Amino acid sequence: MSGSTVIFYLLAALTLVSALLAVTTRMIFRAAIYLLFSLIGIAGIYFWLQYEFIAAVQIVVYVGGIVVLIIFSIFLTQQAGEQLSKQKLGRQLFAALAAFCGLALVMLQLAQHAFVETGNKAIEPTVANIGNQMLGVDEGGYSLPFEVVSMLLLAALIGCIVIALKSKPETE
Amino acid sequence: MIEPGLYHMLFISTTLFFIGVYGFFTRRNLVTMLMSVELILNSVNLNFIAFNKYLWYDKMDGLFFTIFIIAIAAAEAAVAIAIIINLYRSHKSIDVENAEDLKY
Amino acid sequence: MPNATYIALIPLLPLAGFLMLGIFGRKYFKNTSGIIGTTLLLVSTVLALYTAYGYFFEYGKVDGIYQKLVPLKYTWLQFSEGVSIDMGIILDPISAMMLVVVTFISLMVHIYSLGYMKGDERFPVYYAFLGLFTFSMLGLVVSSNIFQIYIFWELVGVSSFLLIGYYYDKPSAVAACKKAFIVTRFADVGFLIGILILSFHSGTLDFNTLIATLTSPETAGYKSAAAASFIGVSALTWGLALVFIGGAGKSAMFPLHIWLPDAMEGPTPVSALIHAATMVVAGVFLVARLFPVFAISSPNALSLVGYVGAISALIAALIACTQTDIKRVLAYSTMSQIGYMMFALGVSKYGGEDGLGFTASMFHLFTHAMFKALLFLGAGAVIHYIHSNEMKDMGGLRKYLPITHITFLIACLAIAGVPPFAGFFSKEEILLAAYEHNPTIYWIALITSGLTAFYMFRLYFNIFWNKEAHVHGEHKGEGGFAMMMPLVLLAVGAAVAGFIPFGHFVSSDGKRLETAFHLQFSIAPVALGLAGIFIAMWMYKTENNKPDKFAASLSGLYKATYHKFYIDEIYTFITKKIIFNLIGRPAAWIDKNIVDGLVNATGNGTKDISEIIKGFQSGKVQQYAIYFLVSVIGLALLFIYWWK
Repeated sequence: MSGSTVIFYLLAALTLVSALLAVTTRMIFRAAIYLLFSLIGIAGIYFWLQYEFIAAVQIVVYVGGIVVLIIFSIFLTQQAGEQLSKQKLGRQLFAALAAFCGLALVMLQLAQHAFVETGNKAIEPTVANIGNQMLGVDEGGYSLPFEVVSMLLLAALIGCIVIALKSKPETE
Repeated sequence: MIEPGLYHMLFISTTLFFIGVYGFFTRRNLVTMLMSVELILNSVNLNFIAFNKYLWYDKMDGLFFTIFIIAIAAAEAAVAIAIIINLYRSHKSIDVENAEDLKY
Repeated sequence: MPNATYIALIPLLPLAGFLMLGIFGRKYFKNTSGIIGTTLLLVSTVLALYTAYGYFFEYGKVDGIYQKLVPLKYTWLQFSEGVSIDMGIILDPISAMMLVVVTFISLMVHIYSLGYMKGDERFPVYYAFLGLFTFSMLGLVVSSNIFQIYIFWELVGVSSFLLIGYYYDKPSAVAACKKAFIVTRFADVGFLIGILILSFHSGTLDFNTLIATLTSPETAGYKSAAAASFIGVSALTWGLALVFIGGAGKSAMFPLHIWLPDAMEGPTPVSALIHAATMVVAGVFLVARLFPVFAISSPNALSLVGYVGAISALIAALIACTQTDIKRVLAYSTMSQIGYMMFALGVSKYGGEDGLGFTASMFHLFTHAMFKALLFLGAGAVIHYIHSNEMKDMGGLRKYLPITHITFLIACLAIAGVPPFAGFFSKEEILLAAYEHNPTIYWIALITSGLTAFYMFRLYFNIFWNKEAHVHGEHKGEGGFAMMMPLVLLAVGAAVAGFIPFGHFVSSDGKRLETAFHLQFSIAPVALGLAGIFIAMWMYKTENNKPDKFAASLSGLYKATYHKFYIDEIYTFITKKIIFNLIGRPAAWIDKNIVDGLVNATGNGTKDISEIIKGFQSGKVQQYAIYFLVSVIGLALLFIYWWK
């Protein structure tokens, strides 16, 4: 049992436990912080898998961007210390049951399925390789989706502004 | 403890997915529901990366999918939060039970 | 062969006018629409005259026989080998003659309307409708296919409907246009069935082929048509009779004439164009078009035409004697004259000397178009001046409307059959044909001829003589150049058209027909006509109580004719009492209880079901998500374990 294995199990535990806490805690601000830890755990798994670029993106975008955004929205919409209202017990039980059934079904399928790995030579996911393929226009290049996503981000930007714009009161 | 592999990764991602689903069903606050959605998205990302790492290490397509999903998730979170804030302005609440106007 | 392009232009120019004025008229041509319509029609008229000249004098005649030329034929709807609806042009003596008549009368009416309709709010619409009508009528006369004629037939009906209902804010005009449309439409059903019967047996819709098939007894089409029978009458006769019903509806033959007098609610120039000179003779034209089939293959159907024509002529003449609305008098007179044309066809035979009736009928159609259009336009001038249709409001107008007076007098003399005006010649030929072939019809025609002279001069003396004029209000003269010029031109036509040797051009078989002129034969009709004129003069020239006394002495008959023999009342009785009660009521009951019941049950069922399932549509996002997840899991299970 090597050190790397231990680290993996620690990361996995961090991710899953904080995720579980994030969806069960009744304090909304704590939920956001647990989410943060869960995302960091995932970033750690990416590091562990030696996908440093994705890990970096994960931290920058999720941890640095989305979670901060969520925390802002919490502050904007309600008292951070307030207890969250509780869902009906029946609903909770049903949701747990449905989630567990789904989990069991998927795990069962995964266990039964034999995955075959390709025998080809591996590519190093270095930043240089990623950059070349991301902006490549040859076969396998991702420049078109890249542009589409840039348009999508622009649209989202404008959409956010339009949605969140304070509409002027009609009566004046 | 056995050496971690593809199945471990898939277990983590699946569990994360259903934790997200559970949260989405039980939470009543829209912001926490959004958090559950983020968890679900992350489980998918993890899935892509795992398959890329262990099965198709000769390509980087899973990696690119992950990058794009992260970008789209960022956009989605921004729009969702804009909607939530707008809803809060009009309803003075972000409880999902109070946001039933859509059915009309 | 003639050049088809310019012949096709004859009907297409009015169509262009219709489209242009109909679409852009109200916006761009508010004041110029009359000029545009008239100019386009003038071009059409010139082309029609050129075509007719070319046909009659240059290329139409081969070996002394006028041919049926088809310069243009465009296959439009092919049903099967041989059966197709074509759009084509047929050029034969009657279509060439009709081209001239229709364009000329239409041109006169267009010019006249420039004055008559001046200042009307919907001036462009009026000219657009006139263009549509002219297009349809020209298309009708050149049709080379029996279905093409049917299409234009309906178009003519529609434009007549539109023009009768032109003053749509007048309830009587609306009622009249509906009546005209429904009655003629009703007759057209007969026409359509007739077309189907004829084309079913002959296997074609093309006129030339159809006529050729149905007139030669050795063809399979003729044999099947003659062999198939229904209630003892052969399918051929049924088909022709049904076609004739269509023609009778359009031509206002008894008993389908009831729409024509009411149609006088339209503007007077329209009455002149549609309900006197062109559209109403479409029925005559149709019978003439199919004349070889009538005459050779089915004498029974032809005698039906003859008797219906004669009865219509007599009844209409009787009714015309008692009407007081001048346009209605003219309407009944039209019906009577068309009756003349019909029975002239009815007593004719195909070919040679016996085909005199055909020539006479077409001749009368030609001359009648002239003098009847003139009468209507003259009446229009009078109405324009007096602002009333009633005879009692008129009298002594000869000093105020000198040109109208003279032209009207010429037209009256022409229709009364006084030599040497146009009506004399055509009527003479008709009477001669009737005398030779059917004495019953001859006597009816003779009486009608006397009555015609009487009622026309009753009209004339009532308008222009009788009591002193009591014209009040401003005097604006006769209506200007635009209204007077057509009157004068038509008067010239009505005076001299009779001298055309019509038999040389138009005859049943295309050969030259010498119309002999029998002086001794003419004595009776002319004498009767003159007698009618003198009686009318004696009764109506000055204001007196003779007409009232006379009416009183014939009280029952007078009342019956005044009420048009109660034909309208009979129709009302049949439609209201019998059809409404026996068919309409049960149909309404079925509609209300069974059809509506089904519809309501469907609606209520839908409502009930939606009441049940509307709980699913709660607006709760999480509920939707649960449905979604459960469904996905369910489907996954289904796909994995069920349908491997």
